Amino acid sequence: MVTIDIKAESGQREMLRRMLTIRAFDTRAGELFADGELPGFVHLYIGEEAVGVGAISALEPDDYITSTHRGHGHCIAKGLDTYQMMAELYGKRDGYCNGKGGSMHIADVDAGMLGANGIVGAGPPLATGAALTASYKDEDRVALAFFGDGAVAQGQVHEGINLAATWDLPAIFVVENNHFGEATPVENQHNVEHLSATAEAYNIPGFTVDGMDVTAVYEAVEEARARAAAGDGPTFIEADTYRYKGHFEGDHEPYRTKDDIDDARERDAIDRFKTRLVDAGVITDAEFDDLEAEVEAEIDEATERAQDAEYPDPSEAYEDMFGAHVPEIEEFAARVRTDGGERQ
Amino acid sequence: MSTETGTGQAVSATETMTIREAIREALREELARDEDAFLMGEDIGTFGGVLSVTGDLVDDFGEERVRDTPISEAGFMGAAVGAAATGTRPIVEIMFSDFLGVCAEQILNQMAKNRYMFGGKAEMPVTVRTTEGGGMGAASQHSGTIHTWFAHLPGVMAVTPGSARAAKGLLKSAIRSDDPVFFFENKDIYEQEGEVPTDEDYTIPLGQASVEREGDDVTVVATQRCVGESLDLAEELAGETSVEVIDLQSLYPMDTETLLESVEKTGRLIVADESPLSYGTHAEVVARVQERGFFSLDAPIQRVGVPDTHIPFSPALEREVMPDADGIQAAIDRVV
Repeated sequence: MVTIDIKAESGQREMLRRMLTIRAFDTRAGELFADGELPGFVHLYIGEEAVGVGAISALEPDDYITSTHRGHGHCIAKGLDTYQMMAELYGKRDGYCNGKGGSMHIADVDAGMLGANGIVGAGPPLATGAALTASYKDEDRVALAFFGDGAVAQGQVHEGINLAATWDLPAIFVVENNHFGEATPVENQHNVEHLSATAEAYNIPGFTVDGMDVTAVYEAVEEARARAAAGDGPTFIEADTYRYKGHFEGDHEPYRTKDDIDDARERDAIDRFKTRLVDAGVITDAEFDDLEAEVEAEIDEATERAQDAEYPDPSEAYEDMFGAHVPEIEEFAARVRTDGGERQ
Repeated sequence: MSTETGTGQAVSATETMTIREAIREALREELARDEDAFLMGEDIGTFGGVLSVTGDLVDDFGEERVRDTPISEAGFMGAAVGAAATGTRPIVEIMFSDFLGVCAEQILNQMAKNRYMFGGKAEMPVTVRTTEGGGMGAASQHSGTIHTWFAHLPGVMAVTPGSARAAKGLLKSAIRSDDPVFFFENKDIYEQEGEVPTDEDYTIPLGQASVEREGDDVTVVATQRCVGESLDLAEELAGETSVEVIDLQSLYPMDTETLLESVEKTGRLIVADESPLSYGTHAEVVARVQERGFFSLDAPIQRVGVPDTHIPFSPALEREVMPDADGIQAAIDRVV
């Protein structure tokens, strides 16, 4: 059973809702960062919503994903709770990582979300490992790795795909080609026109889809999942998309013009999907407006709750290093702190 | 024979075996005990491992569980991390520890950090076995002793057995642990024999040192090959200088208490380990002992290790830089 059935009208509305949720969440995250509310860095997924939602909706709920530094969209598409995400962005205890991870490391392993990741290209070998577990335990699960066009130049991406292909593991590799690896255009980082051409080296199917068409992404991943689950190995999908915002918030973006962004917005994934659903009578303009308002209210509530939530106690910095008790950490912590209470 | 181990476990039967055999037995027992455990590495299946450690295990457990990989350390180390996070118990072999640099990212930023970064919500039951040490004329890229890097890395544990008994007991604990453990095998002592408990439940806790020989005049805390060198030397010196020899066994966590108890008795400490001397394992032992045992010391602590060179190829050069009984003897002479 897929996570969301695109053939059902309710499924189409849910996919639209998740794309709107991603856009609203990341728009808010960008504003909060600009206001100095959020520590650290944030990398926004605005413009790329169709890739995460299209791909994850076509997976089964128990399937695994690995994500990137630009991971909020993958989390929301995977069904993660926007309050716990926002609390993590604030470094609050209620966050997915109890405040230890932040924007770049949101994970919910039980939900199959194996982590956003601050290291470009680290995800594919991890997804190969999750696919290895599924294969080893003979479970009907697949693992999908999201990674960017920049990551395709990383050696460990090659190694992860090669291993999955050689062992016929149930993995799917999805490149989100948003046309920039940080601040460098894709054509200055690769010698192929389509990144999907690299699939040939692994003797696996590889193709490029319109990453701003949620249906196209969904159908590609649905096919890839069927192939993976049948034991026929991985598929390499390049989703051609575009990042509306900078690499990180605060990026002054000297590498492109406003016109470039406006051109990309012409094929905006949300606008196109909405138009399609309105034309098909799945949703009315008024219902769309209501949906947008509901999503906005959800993000308002998530933000307010996250603002009010408690920070972790400083003593929690010493927890979670190991499953086992390690005396060193306790001893060194005791030197930092006095009698288990306030820091000196 | 019946002995009492440092763990308090009563051991009823032992068998003489080499360190290589002890490691293979630990792997065999743990594969049999836990279906989620499997081995992964280069040429560990039919070939039996480039240093013949895995041997015939593939015959007993099959290619799914004794899994040959491409020469692709970053790929299969990363796969081990992903597999461990999702419910299996991978045991990875890195042929030579010098190759750990090839897959460092997956260790430094994924394996070591995931549990913590995810707020404790990820298990990471990975064991990494690898070989270290000079003595084979294998030159600098196949002879390094780099365990200090991993002992220094928060989030992973590191062990360095110096006997067949320690090899078996520590490896079984490493495999059963839900934390990442690096198991460093000195390849020069694979043929060293010792008495090993045959009880399948015999383990040595991670973070426990072992007093291998009691003495009163000076303590030598050693790792890996240096343990045997120290024991031979202690035997030679018997009647003249009473040397206590401790196999550190576990670099992190480290059994500081056992070191302090020994130094309280002997007042003198030598640290013998085949890693480079600067910023290393030796320094960590020295720091811990002086922090808490400074007033037990009657002489400056001495370090015996590789003098900050790589391991050279020529036997004449290799012997020059590898720590041995002569170096330990010289260190004892400086302080006793």
